[in-house]
Amino acid sequence: MADLKKKRMLTDKIFKVIFLIFISLGLVVLAALIFDIVSKGMIMLDWEFFTRFDSRFPEKAGIKAGLFGTIYVIGLMIPITFFVGTATAIYLEEYAPVNKLTDLIKLNIANLAGIPSIIYGMLGLGVFVRYLNLGRSVLAGALTLSLLVLPVVIVSAQEALKSVPNSLRNASYALGANHWHTVYKVVLPSALPSILTGFILAISRAIGETAPLIMMGALTFVMFTPQGIMDSFTVIPIQIFNWTSLPKVEFELVAASGSLLLLILLFILNGLATYIRYKYSRK
Amino acid sequence: MSNQNVLEIKNVDFFYDDFQALENITMDVEKNKVTALIGPSGCGKSTFLRTINRMNDLIEGARLEGDILFDGESIYQENVDVVNLRKRIGMVFQQPNPFPKSIFENVAYGPKIHGVTDKSELEEIVVESLKGAALYDEVKARLDTSALSLSGGQQQRLCIARALAVKPEVLLMDEPASALDPVATAKIEDLIEDLKEKYSIVIVTHSMQQAARVSDMTGFFLMGELVEYDKTDKIFENPSNQKTEDYITGRFG
Repeated sequence: MADLKKKRMLTDKIFKVIFLIFISLGLVVLAALIFDIVSKGMIMLDWEFFTRFDSRFPEKAGIKAGLFGTIYVIGLMIPITFFVGTATAIYLEEYAPVNKLTDLIKLNIANLAGIPSIIYGMLGLGVFVRYLNLGRSVLAGALTLSLLVLPVVIVSAQEALKSVPNSLRNASYALGANHWHTVYKVVLPSALPSILTGFILAISRAIGETAPLIMMGALTFVMFTPQGIMDSFTVIPIQIFNWTSLPKVEFELVAASGSLLLLILLFILNGLATYIRYKYSRK
Repeated sequence: MSNQNVLEIKNVDFFYDDFQALENITMDVEKNKVTALIGPSGCGKSTFLRTINRMNDLIEGARLEGDILFDGESIYQENVDVVNLRKRIGMVFQQPNPFPKSIFENVAYGPKIHGVTDKSELEEIVVESLKGAALYDEVKARLDTSALSLSGGQQQRLCIARALAVKPEVLLMDEPASALDPVATAKIEDLIEDLKEKYSIVIVTHSMQQAARVSDMTGFFLMGELVEYDKTDKIFENPSNQKTEDYITGRFG
């Protein structure tokens, strides 16, 4: 008896230690990475870094073009993605007839979420830049990134809508509400926190994307900020990518500063998502 | 006679795809009476209840034959406005299902979607409905707090208040007390007693005692058929059908 008990407790302990080792492994790597970026990034990071354009000289290189490019592209992308994504999810979950075609569409949207981002870059190049003749513009970039994150936004919004209990829909219908009232007044408010959380996480993914924008032809050396949606642009991650490929070693530090900025942006967005989830889950 | 019957159910057959859930149901529901529907699980009593406000329309593959008259008019004609029908025939569900909104907003939801925008009018309706559901005294100080902070029994009375707010003529109740404790159940039963002065009530219940306590008429359902429908006293004291007697004496079900 005592032996058995000892054995049980030992197994418990062993597994606890194993799990602890694995999580520490992940955390240590992450901490090392962040420490490296912060320590290197701080060296060149000053206010000037934000107000200067790129340069051949590392000490004069700044992120201004990338920062403004990112703000323009993401700012344009947010409304496109939010409305198209949420509306698609609402249609699929609340309106579409339950049949094979709907299932097929849902399945394929989920599959699209797994397609490598560079494929979307090629699609953007072919459709937006060339065929629709938008050029290598902010608009083309925003549309390309929208395509990239839309599947993720749609799927997460679908999940959010699905998690609204049917009893609430029934309660609404039983009071004589029509379909739209039920969706707009009951289903959407309940699902909105989850929709927003998924949406923000998708946006933060888009901010870090490099490959599709390089593919569709965003510039790498830019000495101006976009003035309108038809202007050409660069974004923070492309800027970083560019710096890391330059021969001068000091550019490594500049790239670290850019990475630090990107990291901070992502932390803010993820924090926002966590806050929304936390705030509404307590209600 | 017909102005005494708020509902007349005529030869109703009901199908989920190929499965026949109701067979040839014919019964009249009297005005300002409580009509209880009893029977074992899966006997079709809830399905039947949901045919009365056409909630089954929402189910894919559901089909009804026969007819139901409400106030002398068929509710299964093409031109019937389902929204208006459900406004006049309210429903309370088995599980309390308040919206995740404030107590006030829960009750105001119905009137709002039916076009009441005046704030003082809304307030009046909310207070009146909460009083009607015997909940007002318990919640009057916190109408702005979330409905989810209420106890299960209070939530169910809130759902009743919410149904009352659109001023229905009939209230359908689908086992309204089955998820509640005995004290909360007693409150709901008292409430039903009060409500029948203004409303006609059809209540599905699992508990025979509850049917005996609250109802004037009782219908016994078995395997999708209405076996017996009569005055509650008659059903419980001297049923005409052997199956009814077996059921209420607890020999099966």
